[in-house]
Amino acid sequence: MSGSVINLSYIIASILFVIGIKMLGSAKTARKGNMLSSIGMLLAIVVTLLDAGLDYTWIIIGLVVGSLIGAIAARVVKMTSMPEMVALFNGFGGLASLLVGWAEYEKIRTAGFLEFFKQSDTPATFTSAVIVLAVVIGGITFTGSVQAWGKLSGKLGSKAVIIPAQRIINGAIVLGLVLCSLIFIFGDTDPTVQFNLFLGVVALSLMLGVLGVLPIGGGDMPVVISLLNSFSGLAAAAAGFVILNNVLIVAGCLVGCSGLILTIIMCKAMNRSLTNVLFSGFGSSTQKAGAEVKGEMKAASVEDAYYVLEAAQSVVIIPGYGMAVAQAQHVVKELGDMLEENGCEVKYAIHPVAGRMPGHMNVLLAEADVPYEQLVEMDNINPLMPTVDVAIVIGANDVVNPAASEDENSPIYGMPIINAHHAKTVYALKRGQGAGFSGLINQLYFMEKTRMLYGDAKATVSSLVGQFKED
Amino acid sequence: MELIQLLFIFVLAAFLGYELIKKVPSQLHTPLMSGSNAISGITIVGAILVLKTNASEINVIIGVAALILATINVVGGYLVTDRMLAMFKGKEGRK
Repeated sequence: MSGSVINLSYIIASILFVIGIKMLGSAKTARKGNMLSSIGMLLAIVVTLLDAGLDYTWIIIGLVVGSLIGAIAARVVKMTSMPEMVALFNGFGGLASLLVGWAEYEKIRTAGFLEFFKQSDTPATFTSAVIVLAVVIGGITFTGSVQAWGKLSGKLGSKAVIIPAQRIINGAIVLGLVLCSLIFIFGDTDPTVQFNLFLGVVALSLMLGVLGVLPIGGGDMPVVISLLNSFSGLAAAAAGFVILNNVLIVAGCLVGCSGLILTIIMCKAMNRSLTNVLFSGFGSSTQKAGAEVKGEMKAASVEDAYYVLEAAQSVVIIPGYGMAVAQAQHVVKELGDMLEENGCEVKYAIHPVAGRMPGHMNVLLAEADVPYEQLVEMDNINPLMPTVDVAIVIGANDVVNPAASEDENSPIYGMPIINAHHAKTVYALKRGQGAGFSGLINQLYFMEKTRMLYGDAKATVSSLVGQFKED
Repeated sequence: MELIQLLFIFVLAAFLGYELIKKVPSQLHTPLMSGSNAISGITIVGAILVLKTNASEINVIIGVAALILATINVVGGYLVTDRMLAMFKGKEGRK
């Protein structure tokens, strides 16, 4: 198949990616957009398969095995574990780009450095440089994403971990990485030394991914995943420069750039800068916990909550990650329906970064068939909060912490929150008395109008629904 | 293809990516991230091209590993995104 036909098909694939991303930005067209982008991907793959001299046995094995694993993983994953699944997929993509860069280096090594570049139009330094870029970015993406996956799924502990002399260690790794890379690219060394330098670059990149994500708390993982998503795109683009393939460059760069913008949008929603998210060790135990709180947390029974809810005219439900963990979205919707039948106005207040991914709560509540009109964004619900009879906080913590607007010493000061504390009564569903994901004490729980309902959110809401049914 | 042309399209694609994302409602951030994550699996094309008949033994191993990983990224990424978006869709249909 001639090169121009391949390249023309790559252009069509790129156009489909662009239109696909564009359509993903609007609720009406999003699904179609994803479909279009997948058609673009299929086209790019099929056209590539028509290339001359391919070893089809291995390719078919790879495609079949990968498709099976990917399809099964995508099908069995629970809606609530979606964020960590995306993180893991993303890490795989990064590692794949690293390997593509490595394979090209192997080719150069086997052919002999000078021999290889005699037949190539590309300057040797350029190829070496983009190989290093693909390896470094791909390596950081891989281990960083795996770490993010571990933190989100609770397998590695979600807290921010600060190890002694962390900055010095990280600095040393970065320095080592830069030195190895520069000598690899520009140095006139013999093949063995060069290969060792290459292995050094691989190892240091993988370490940097682990150590870079380690000091970041689980609450900030959405931002980290988004940033790593951007990285995996850039790694693909670098791999594209390695093998001089335009569709890799265009698609990779599109993802790299759009991912970066998305990351910044997310940071803005938390009123923090990207550097603050990445380097502050937010939520680690070494940090100041903010002002001491007065009062005590007052537990209430389900019956007690039922009587208050039965009399309420307006209720706002504020879901958080706890609802996702407890898989409580369906019973929550049931409770909402019960309240409505009871003549009460029910709204769901969605904080932009509630849960472990932006839009996490929207996805879950949509799964439970909560009508779109009942989901209200933070900026629209806050002016109404003082008129609300009862706010039910379900497994949300930092996004309703009044310290964010009142306590200048609090690490989350300045983050916009849902003003649950303005409601007349607050019921907070919580697993236990511990602090939230960020490790901060929530003053809301200590207020006079707040009652705590301890226990699994799903069980608590179910028994509330049961109370309504008995009636 | 000329190197300079490739750099040229890289720069243009960067600006395009920036313009595409400027305004997106927050409930779509997760699907958008997941969907663009699937696109970054485009490195699958690079993995396929590693597996030529004249590839060395070590490159066959590297290539197959890269291909499996990239395929998981692509297939899993698109399916997960579609599952998320299907829920939004159901809601629209009922209106």
